[in-house]
Amino acid sequence: MSLKNLISKKTFAGLAVMLTAFVNTTSVFAQEAAAAAATTAKTVDMEPIYKSALFYVLLFLLLCLFVAIVGKAIRVYELTRTAQDKPEGINWDTVNAVLFLLFLIVGLYGVYWEYTVHGKMILPEAASVDGAEIDKMFNITLILTTIVFIGTHIVLFLFSFFYKYNANRRAYFYPHNNTIEKIWTIVPALVLSVLVVMGFITWRSIFYKVVDPNNKPLNIEVTAQQFAWYVRYPGADGVVGMKNYKMVTGLNTLGIDFKDKNTLDDQNAEEIVIPVNKPVRFAINSKDVIHGFYMPHFRVQILANPGMMTYFEFTPTITTTDMQAKTNDPAFKYVLLCSQICGSGHYNMQRTVRVVSQEEYEEWVVKQPTYINNDLRKQFNLPVVAEPTTPAPAPEATPGPGPDTLGTDSGAVRKTDLAKLN
Amino acid sequence: MSTITLHDTHKHDGHDAHGHEHHKETFLTKYVFSQDHKMIAKQFLITGIIMAVIAMILSILFRLQLAWPDQSFPLLETFLGKWAEGGRIKPEFYLALVTIHGTIMVFFVLTAGLSGTFSNLLIPLQLGARDMASPLMNMLSYWLFLGACLVMMGSFFVQTGPASAGWTIYPPLSALPKTISGSGTGMTMWLISMVMFVASQLIGGINYVSTILNMRTKGMDLWKMPLTIWALFLTAVLGILSFPVLVAGVVLLIFDRSFGTSFYLSDIVIGSQVLPNEGGSPILWQHLFWFLGHPEVYIVIMPALGISSEVISVNSRKPIFGYHAMVYSLIGIMVLSFIVWGHHMFVTGMNPLLGGVFMITTLIIAVPSAIKTFNYLATLWRGNIRFTPAMLFAIGMVSFFISGGLTGIFLGNASLDINLHNTYFVVAHFHLVMGSAAIFGMLAGVYHWFPKMFGRMMNPKLAFLHFWITFACAYLVFFPLHFLGLDGVPRRYYAFTEFEFMQKWVTVNVLVTWAAIVAALAQVAFLFNFFYSIFKGKRTTQNPWSANTLEWTTPVEHLHGNWPGEIPTVYRWPYDYSKPGAEEDFIPQTVPFSQTMSSNVPHDFDGNTEAERIQEEWMAKQEKAEREKVD
Repeated sequence: MSLKNLISKKTFAGLAVMLTAFVNTTSVFAQEAAAAAATTAKTVDMEPIYKSALFYVLLFLLLCLFVAIVGKAIRVYELTRTAQDKPEGINWDTVNAVLFLLFLIVGLYGVYWEYTVHGKMILPEAASVDGAEIDKMFNITLILTTIVFIGTHIVLFLFSFFYKYNANRRAYFYPHNNTIEKIWTIVPALVLSVLVVMGFITWRSIFYKVVDPNNKPLNIEVTAQQFAWYVRYPGADGVVGMKNYKMVTGLNTLGIDFKDKNTLDDQNAEEIVIPVNKPVRFAINSKDVIHGFYMPHFRVQILANPGMMTYFEFTPTITTTDMQAKTNDPAFKYVLLCSQICGSGHYNMQRTVRVVSQEEYEEWVVKQPTYINNDLRKQFNLPVVAEPTTPAPAPEATPGPGPDTLGTDSGAVRKTDLAKLN
Repeated sequence: MSTITLHDTHKHDGHDAHGHEHHKETFLTKYVFSQDHKMIAKQFLITGIIMAVIAMILSILFRLQLAWPDQSFPLLETFLGKWAEGGRIKPEFYLALVTIHGTIMVFFVLTAGLSGTFSNLLIPLQLGARDMASPLMNMLSYWLFLGACLVMMGSFFVQTGPASAGWTIYPPLSALPKTISGSGTGMTMWLISMVMFVASQLIGGINYVSTILNMRTKGMDLWKMPLTIWALFLTAVLGILSFPVLVAGVVLLIFDRSFGTSFYLSDIVIGSQVLPNEGGSPILWQHLFWFLGHPEVYIVIMPALGISSEVISVNSRKPIFGYHAMVYSLIGIMVLSFIVWGHHMFVTGMNPLLGGVFMITTLIIAVPSAIKTFNYLATLWRGNIRFTPAMLFAIGMVSFFISGGLTGIFLGNASLDINLHNTYFVVAHFHLVMGSAAIFGMLAGVYHWFPKMFGRMMNPKLAFLHFWITFACAYLVFFPLHFLGLDGVPRRYYAFTEFEFMQKWVTVNVLVTWAAIVAALAQVAFLFNFFYSIFKGKRTTQNPWSANTLEWTTPVEHLHGNWPGEIPTVYRWPYDYSKPGAEEDFIPQTVPFSQTMSSNVPHDFDGNTEAERIQEEWMAKQEKAEREKVD
């Protein structure tokens, strides 16, 4: 015991000597010591020191020195034990076994803390019909995996603790047991089968939608570009007209083909406003690179690809105002963000999404400007109208299929929408 | 098969008898252009460690940016120049950092560094071969790998910066330099580097497979191979079958970038400039990439699983539980890994029917993974566990494999993936299951076979320090990241300052960054221990861990050809630890059953009736003698 005391004394003495040496030789540490000694007397400006990398390098070297000294002290202790023919001083198997037990206890608490503290910071309840299904599926998976996670870790670390090395004991020779192995093949397989079936049903309900003729989805087209989203509302005809990337000019940024009559009432919008409890079907594509169309609050995500239209249909269930009340956050807003790396502005590619009542939506939507303007009309040889353009439906914009537009290519939106309408 | 092995052994013996007389090794042939598998293993390992340190530093750089997005670090400008003007990393460079970090870690560290090192070291040593099937190809494999590393690092020194389209380099972003500056020369170098790397992997893989199939020593049938060899064998097969697909994809991308083809490009407008490309599909790249990319994650994890199996069995002093099940589950993982790539593409807009199919195959692959986990736990049960550094890392590996594997059940479920895809949940998941778990498997291997590689021991106490800090910090880094993902925070975001709902995570990022810094500093303990012990470590005995496998029957001093005399013959499986009736708690593979009559069990003889008869006779005799003694 006395030896132990001696060593710890020696360690501390050594440390003190080292510290003094540092204080004398390096000005940084001199200042630190001075600051520590006389914080009340005079305030030394520590800012530049905390900012200098050298300070941290020295701090790390000091730490290394400390580790080295502790290491040497342990070595001295163990050597003296051996010299005195006593059993080895520190049983590292026990140390590690105890550390595993400690890790288990602290870790379990840490997991509890994470689940309760960070777990509270995650997305609020899903604001769409399918989102609620996804959340249900998520919770089931979470409960199952948490049980397995906790269970296997308790087993792993407790085994490590209980079966630590003992020279007088022999391990139990147990090379296999077919029954047990069959059990732990079949049980996970069954559990996973249940999850697969449930996941499959949820997946189908999201991507195989049957259109209710009385509640047709609102069609909105979203075009991604580095680093913004362009939104196109269908206008009074409910059809988003054709576009062709080859028609893109500085004036016609989306390449809308205004020869298609359905385009004439298509509207531009600064934010995405959608009515609550009404299905909305987004047609998504990109002008340049791949972007990710991601609206986390609705559990909606699909890539925006150049040259390939993708679709996502969902029904929002909670208006922005209701969600603000639910989350107790008056600043809450739904967002559309980019989830697929797309360039330097990837981290700031946002659009606000607002879910409103049907009345509010109707009131809002008529105020949105059309894409077409007089410059474009001239370009497409269409009759020019007096400015400012009224958002009222233009007389020529009659809905319905036209044989002239059906056969043309790049009309992915159009074709699908027609299929829906008929 | 046995005739081939015999013949081969014989030939090598002849070569060995007089080979050393007129073979003068110079520094260049011994250390640089070495054809000895042990030296090549060390070359792979040390290159892998250097690349790992570089990739780790890159990760600390972008972690700094994430934790303190508004803070200026003047030192960064000193080192990075225009990429960190004013001491703040630029968004383009941030993306380059994550891209190169991912590429280096996945390909150079966890593929080449892990299977390159241990395949080269262990295949001949654990199977009883003088060297690899083709030592020259083996050397080429290393030099192509080193070339790939150098080209990749070289891309940091080009004007437009290194590749920055993410390690998956989805075109069109990676194909069009106008969309991001890293897709200029930097991306060209990335692609060249990758072609060299794949060539290296193929040369290496073919060599590993042919060595394992043809050069096993007498008695070493497939079911007597250690699980490390099984894992490395299946990994090599997996690599041979999947890497060429990546090259195909890469070549098409090179064509798109340089020769104006349209494999991946169509309907693209940059600003208001319409590109002439028509008819390509960016989804095609994703199919080709992930056809390699998913097997790739198993290429990374399978050697780690194999190493852990071996280390856990040796240090629990117990046979690995369910050896056959372990092999079959590896085979199952290997086969299934070819038909799950679509789970990376659930939300690309591919046919939803495919999403359903890939979800089924993906969740099935969890079954063999679960078997492996339970078998590890069963191996620990009632063991006599020695906490060697390797054992600690192997246990850590099992822990990460469980934690990361379980979150895979979320991501493999197509409907849950809709909301989790491309978020931090994915980042947390794969960093645990293939990042941390594979690195821990690799470190377990390094600590375990260091005596074999360098003839010296590493300092265990420093290794304990290394393990505990790394283990705790890895969880501190990656566990909280799951919750960022559940809050819908996408990955590869330069800063969380632009979205209101993300700002609350900046403080969590500070915690994560500090944990990452501490973990990185803990690696200094490893690096010091590793390089110091090469020269000054305690000299090792021939079999320091009392292990059964063949590599511990070779002399400590390395020699070309591994065994001074005849290659030992193998009589038993490698896991006879703590067998009841045996004198010691281990029986090396080279000990014939005739010498261990007291511990033999009927199961050992695999239905060999003659051997069973002899054993029964012996037992009867033994019993009789016992009775006489009592009387």
